[in-house]
Order: sequence, then C-alpha cells, then structure tokens
Amino acid sequence: MRGLSLLLFITVVSDATTDLSVTAASLPPELGVSAAPAVTSPVASRYIPEEYGHPGIALARSAEEPAAPSAEDGESSHHHGGGFKIVQWEWSYVQTPYIIASWLLVASVAKILFHLSQRFTTAVPESCMLILLGLVLGAVVLIASKKQPYQLDPGLFFLFLLPTIVGDAGYFMPARLFFDNLGAILMYAVVGTLWNAFCTGFCLYGVKMAGVIDEKVNAGLMDFLLFGALISAVDPVAVIAVFEEVHVNETLFIIVFGESLVNDAVTVVLYKVYISFVEVGPGNPMYLLNMSFAGVVGQTWFLNWFRLVPLDKIDQVVMSYGGLRGAVAFALVVLLDKEQVKAKDYFVATTIVVVFFTVMFQGLTIKPLVKWLKVPRSTNRKPTINEEIHERAFDHILTAVEDIAGLNGYHHWRDKWEQFDKNYLSKLLLRKSVYHKSELWEAYQKINIRDAISVIDQGGNVLTSARLSLPSMASRTSFPEVTNVTNYLRENGSGVCLDLQVIDTVPGAKIEEELETHHVLAGNLYKPRRRYQSHYSRHFMTVGEKERQDREVFQRNMRNRLESFKSTRYKRHKKDRSQKKRKGSDAKEQDTNDKPRRNVSWQDKDPAVVPVVSEEDKHDPSEPDKDDDVGITFVARKAPETPKERPKSVPAALDVCQSPVAAPPSPTCGEKNLPWKSGMGSLPPCVSVEATKIIPIDLQQAWNQSISSLESLASPPAPPEPQHPRVSTLSRLGGPLRTPAKGKSSGSAGSGSNTGSPSSGQFKFPTGKEEEEEGALSQQQQEMQPLMSSLRPPPPPPPPPAAQSAGKRRNPCVYLRSLVTVPPSGAEPQSRRPTQL
Amino acid sequence: MGSTSSTLLKIPNVEVLMQETGFSPAHMIRLHDRFKALDKEGRGHLCPQDFGAIKELAMNPIGDRIIGAFFCPGKETVDFHTFVKILAHFRPVDKNRPKEPNSPEPINSRSNKLRFAFQLYDQDKDGKISRDELLKVLQAMLGMQVTEEQLESIADRTIQEADLDRDDAISFEEFRKVSPEILHSRCFIKV
Repeated sequence: MRGLSLLLFITVVSDATTDLSVTAASLPPELGVSAAPAVTSPVASRYIPEEYGHPGIALARSAEEPAAPSAEDGESSHHHGGGFKIVQWEWSYVQTPYIIASWLLVASVAKILFHLSQRFTTAVPESCMLILLGLVLGAVVLIASKKQPYQLDPGLFFLFLLPTIVGDAGYFMPARLFFDNLGAILMYAVVGTLWNAFCTGFCLYGVKMAGVIDEKVNAGLMDFLLFGALISAVDPVAVIAVFEEVHVNETLFIIVFGESLVNDAVTVVLYKVYISFVEVGPGNPMYLLNMSFAGVVGQTWFLNWFRLVPLDKIDQVVMSYGGLRGAVAFALVVLLDKEQVKAKDYFVATTIVVVFFTVMFQGLTIKPLVKWLKVPRSTNRKPTINEEIHERAFDHILTAVEDIAGLNGYHHWRDKWEQFDKNYLSKLLLRKSVYHKSELWEAYQKINIRDAISVIDQGGNVLTSARLSLPSMASRTSFPEVTNVTNYLRENGSGVCLDLQVIDTVPGAKIEEELETHHVLAGNLYKPRRRYQSHYSRHFMTVGEKERQDREVFQRNMRNRLESFKSTRYKRHKKDRSQKKRKGSDAKEQDTNDKPRRNVSWQDKDPAVVPVVSEEDKHDPSEPDKDDDVGITFVARKAPETPKERPKSVPAALDVCQSPVAAPPSPTCGEKNLPWKSGMGSLPPCVSVEATKIIPIDLQQAWNQSISSLESLASPPAPPEPQHPRVSTLSRLGGPLRTPAKGKSSGSAGSGSNTGSPSSGQFKFPTGKEEEEEGALSQQQQEMQPLMSSLRPPPPPPPPPAAQSAGKRRNPCVYLRSLVTVPPSGAEPQSRRPTQL
Repeated sequence: MGSTSSTLLKIPNVEVLMQETGFSPAHMIRLHDRFKALDKEGRGHLCPQDFGAIKELAMNPIGDRIIGAFFCPGKETVDFHTFVKILAHFRPVDKNRPKEPNSPEPINSRSNKLRFAFQLYDQDKDGKISRDELLKVLQAMLGMQVTEEQLESIADRTIQEADLDRDDAISFEEFRKVSPEILHSRCFIKV
C-alpha cells in the first residue's frame, strides 16, 4: 500500500511539474540500491564484472538513468571502497538537487517526445501520458529494487516544484484575459475554494458521524477540514494541459485556468491553518465531485448577478468538470504528519484516487463532453461568408467602441506590465537572439516604412508603405542575411540584382470554391485585439503576428487619412507634378551623395531570395494612371552572379549565404524556390523576369537619382486614386499574381523624354520589347563581355521568360532595362548611355 | 454614493439620457469621465481628431469608419448626448428588466446594433451595400496577402449569398438575415 502510494506520489508530482516523470521513477533505484552491495555504474567501467551479478538492476538503470551517473558512481565507490578509496563520495549532500534536476531533465525530454506526435497528444492529455509514464517507470524500479526506494522530502515540493509549476503557468498566462476576468477568477479561486474546502470537510465529517465511513478511519472534524482544504487545490498544470487541447472559448478557459492558478495559494494557506490545529480518514471521490459542483453552481449563480457576460449552465458544468486535481493536492496530503493525522494513509489513498479520477477520467472525457454539450468553442460550425465577415466586422466595431468608451480600467496596469515584461523579463528569460533580432527588425522596419512613406509622398506610385513592408514581414527568418545584403547594396550600388516581376494582367484562376474563400477569410481577416491570445498555448508561441497586423493596419489607416486629406487637391495636378518631379530630381542629381539608400525586404521564406523594393519606379509617369495599381516589387536576389561581379567587395556574410558560387547562375534555381512560381502553369507570358538580372553601372546613377528625388520632395501628395493596398507579391494564397514591374530606370536625363508616354503596354514587355532591343543587346554585350566573362565563368544567361529568345546571349543589364524602362525605340540610345559611361 | 450622485448632477439631462439608453448611473459617470478625457480642449464636444487620438483605433482596420459613424451627416462634432446614445447600442441586453409592452424598441436591440454595423458598410447611405462598398470594407479588413481577384470573388460571393432580391446589393433586411445571431449577445460594457 505504502509502496504504491509513494510510487503514485512520485508519478503524480512528476506530472505536475509537467516534467518529472522518468527520472522520478528511475532515480529511486539508485538510492534503494545504495543499500544493496555491489552496484556498479555504467560510467565506472572498472566494476563491470559485478554488474553481471545484478542484471535486473543494471538493466533497469541503463535503460532509464543515464542522467545521474555520478550518483551511481558515488554509491559504487562507496561500497566497493576496499582497496581504492581515494575519493569519498557524499551522495547525500547533492542528492536532492541532482534528483530534481534529473527529474526535470527526463520529464522534459519525455514531454518533447510526446509533442513530436501531435496526433497522440490531442487524443490523450499530456498529464495522463506523464502519469502513465511515471507509473510504468516507477513500477519497473519497484520491481527491480524490491523495496520502497525514495520518499520525497515534503519541503522539497514547496521549495522546488511548486515554484516551477506556478511560475511556468503564471508567466505564460494570457494576461489580458486574466485581468479581464479578474473578478470572476478571484471569486472562484478564493470564495470557491473556501467553500469547497469547508463543505468537503463538514460533509465528510457528517458522513463519518452517520457511520458510513469505516470505523477504522480515525479522523475528527479538523482532520476532515484539512483534507477538504488540500483536496480543493486545483492543479493549474493539469487544467492547462487538458483545456489547451479542448479549445473552449477563452472566457471559460481563463476562468478555469485563472482559478486553478490562484486557488493554490488559497489552498496552501488554508492547509497551513488547519495543520496547525490538527490531527486528522478518506472521503469518497464522487462525493467530492458533487461538492465542488455544488460550489461552482452556487457561485456562478451569485456571480452572474454581477457579470455582464453571464456564464451559462454549460459553462458551469465544464468549469466544475475542469477542476482537475493534481500535484498540489497530492503533495499536500503527503506532507501530512502521520503522528498528528492518524488517517493519513486513508487520505493519501483518497487523494490518489481523486487525482487519478480527475486527471485520467475527466481529462480524457472532457473533450467529448465539451463537444456533446456544445460549449461554444473557438471554432464552432462553419459560418457562411456573410456571417464570417459581418461577425468580424462586428468584433472590430466592439473593439473600437470599447476603445472609444475607454472601458479599459485595467489597461494602465496591463501596459505597465507589458512594459516591464518587455524591458526586463523578456531580456532575462528569452534567448538573446529572439529579442535582439526583433530590435534590429524594428530598426529596419522603421527605415523601410520611412522610405515607403517617401515613396507615397512622391506620389508616383502605388508602392505604399504597407506594401513595402508587408513582404518583409512574411519572413523574419532571413533577416540577418538581408541586413547583410542591405549593407552590401549600400556599399555597392551597382552590383544589384533585381528581379522585376511583371503584373499579371489577366486575373489568375478565380476562386470558385467557397472553401477557398473561407480559407482566405479565415486566414486574412484582421483579428480584433482581444482574439490574439484566445488560442493560448504554451507550446506554440506565435510572436509577432499581432505586431505585424497592427503595423499593417496602422499603415493603411495612416495612408487612408493621408489620402483623404490630399486626394482632391492632388488629383488635378498629378501629371504635371510627376513631370516636374522628374526634372527636379534630375537637377538635383549631382548634389546627392553617392550613398544609396535601399529598402530591402523579402517576401519569401527562401533565404536566397531577397527582394529589394526599389524606389525607382516612382519615376514612371504612367504609374498614377494605372487603374490596376498592383504593387511593384523589385526583387534583389543574392544571385550567384552578384559576388562574381564584385568578388572583393562582397561581405563575407553574404558569401556564406550564397549558393555555390561556381554553379551556373541560372535564374531558375532561385525561381523554383519562389512561392509564386509554383502555380505558374496558367500564367500569361507577360510575366516575368526572373532573378539574375544585373544592373550595372547605371543603376548607381538611377539610384542616386531616385534618392535625390525623394529628398527633394517636401510635401507629401497622395496617390491620385484611392488605391487599395493589395500586395500581390505574396500570391501564395491564390492564383499566382505578379506584381508589375512598372519601374523605370530613369538612369539618364534622356529617359525623361519618355514621360509623356504612359503605355500600359509596357507591362507586357518581356517578350515583345526584348525583341526591339536585341540590337542594342549585342552592342552592350560586347562592352560588358570582358567584365562578365572574367567574373563569372560559364554564364548561362537567365532565360525563363526570355527563353523564347534563347540562344542569344543577353546582356543582363540591357535585359533588365528592357524590363524596366521599355522606352520607345527612339529613346533607346539615350537610355543606354549610362552604361557606356 | 454621495459622490456618485453629485458627479451625476454635473451631467446635463442625465435623467433623460439614462432613460433613453438604459445606462446605470455608474455607467454614466464613467462615460462622462471618458468623454471629458477625450475632449482634450474642453469644448464640450468631440471632433474627429479627438477620436483619431485614440491610439488603439489606429490599429483597427475599420476604425475610421467607426469614428465616422459617430458623426451625423453634416455635423462636425459629437456632444455627450450623442456619444452616449451611440455607445448605448452596445450595452448588454438586460433580460431582467421587465418588458414594457408599449415601450419603444430599446436602443441596444439586435436590430439597432445591426443597423449600426450596416451603416459602416453603407457609406453612401442609400440603404444598400453595393458591391463597391463591400469591396472597400473587405479591403480594409483583409490582410495584405489577399489578392485583388480573391477580394472581388469574395465580395461577389458575399453578395450572392445574401442577395435575395437579386439587385446585386445587400439591403438592410438582407443584411439582417445573414448576420450571425451571435452578434446580439455580444456587448462591451463592463463596469
């Protein structure tokens, strides 16, 4: 009996800390074994022969406990110390920390392993798994060592394990929800727990008086009250583990979870109070359940007087059902002093039964129950499109109204906390790279937005701030590389590889299926503030999503305001303006410094692809006239050519990320990784230009120009039409949609002559226009030849869209320009001029 | 309580307002405080800039529309009376309150809530949500990743789904029919 209970104890505790199982079970043998002679450690190989004598133990240990070799070492040398007693091991000194550390370690591993298989954990709550694991290992140990190996020191739990439990659960607690429901939580936690404790105690006593409980249970009123107190400790970890997977609505979740969190404190206090009175028999788990249910119902009835979102009956059932008992209750009951509490064994046994019942049975059945009761879950039935949209709109309305009404009394403290969290706790507790990166990210983002805003100000294009930054949001992972590229680009303005994506003028495949629509809606509707943390999970932290959205929305709103502010005035003058601007920028060109500014962003998980959002496009006079104002994205890729062109100046970091330099710089290698390339089959031929276009010298000039024109602009005009900010570069959601390459390399003053010719035809360029320029190509090719050939060994020119005109060796520079400018043929010589400089 | 009533007295027409909106005195005081906080220059009314200063609203995709909804057409300001009345749309429905048979429809009825939402879509106030209007809202509410085609197709579908009289627009009746029931039960005020 006792052995069993201890075993259970170990396992339950291990469950509670979420971590402890394997070693908890496996360490004990060390200690038990320490009494037994001649135990060898796997580490100390000199004792190996003796290990054969105890195959069972050795087996058990080697199977379970590589974690504490030193412990075994200590034991073995201690007992074998006849001849070689050089080192005296004092296992007892380090025993406790070692054991606990090993528990945590092994249970962590077990937990990670559990989560490798999602399927498994969704079916069975984690707690159950850990308990079972602990049980199995404990049983193995028990069989191997034949005796009760290890008794957890009572104080240990409070010193080491409880802080871990509460700290973990508390830190990850969704603070906003918690404070939203603080009243209800405190109510349930304090009043509820007290009620439960008293009721359980008195009722048990009453039952005892009535003679239902066995005579042998030697317990008085105080004992029962004590038991009532300890058994009402809801285990936060067990609760989380179960509810996390059930996905009940957030209010319900936070109430149950918050209660379990706070109620530990109440329980422990109550327990300490009673223990000072006491001396103390077992209850009946079913009875207990009834009590807690009664308690919840009563409180809810009371609470609903005050709550504006009343908790309904179903919620109440779930709440009472979700009160899983666990480690805290168990630890408390084990801490009872046998001398004072005569019925300790009964209590312990009862607690174990309760813990098992709640965690195993309730944990396993709560999901079906929730389903059966139709608790409003986070994802209920599939709403119609209208419902989905209107509901979300309504959420936004409510959020906004809340903000307007200022019903955020707790906001102040919450903000304070967030501040504290960001400034201190995160730095303390998170890996450095996590927040460090984000700081860089912020800085980068700021630059990006600033530049984007100036683009808007330029009025030349639909390149909005939002659009500029959005692609970059898509992948934070490639950030370091991008910084490098940014720097690289700054240093070498001319060594850029641009990828111009051309607009897909023909709409991609229409989304016919509602499913698809729903998918899009679900994935892309902005979520109101409150929803961010509803799917709270300790295992998967989604950082940054909120910031991304906030930024996106913020940018849009700002832009809209700007537009509505400016639009009327601007509309009339847009054309003149853009021309003037160009002139102005040309005039200023000489003055600008040589250091180009660049926005580098990326839109792709593929680290090898780094889009550069260039500002050159704003020189395109035709931009404002475009109706289908799809964004422009210039993609700069770290194509293999880049370093070859300027091998010396390439930063080392960039080199590292480069794909094999010797490999042919085929554009396709970049291309096949691009998300938008996947759905390409149905694309019209107008699309694109792939990666490896090199803009040679004149890019620098163009760049400077664009910078100067940016800087020359003081007043921010808005884009003429209300443009909507779709970013089509991220087309992974639907049919592939290209962003237009509308930019012009206005490298020379000569290109200014093109200004009056806004031809939408130019967006189709690659195929048509290239032909026009073939003549020019050959000329330039020759100029470039030496450079190119010396720098990149076998240059298979970048073909894909251009593949039709294959065979011809294409000067990337011209190719690019053909994509970018597409000047009337008359203007060609001029536009080529910079290259020749 | 003494302080409560004295604060209450400072609000003009508070009795009438409470009658109309069903807010409790505590609500009124709170809202009045908030109103005063928003009204930074103490003019006794709010203008769009005051709303614009609420920083959370900048993060709200349809924040500007919601601000717009506070302003009656042609008016540049919102006084406390209007302010409270609009907020009252979102007051929780109280079931306990005995229903007076001949009382007007409460301001926080489902229908009124929906009307408030409806007018956010219906910017030209013609009583119908046209495709363009819907498209604009969708643009605002959907993430950047959604393409133009997707947007349009969503808008088309939405109208298709709701449009009962085949006029390619959503009237309020249609809007009411397709809106989720759950809207009604949501409310915002917590004191």
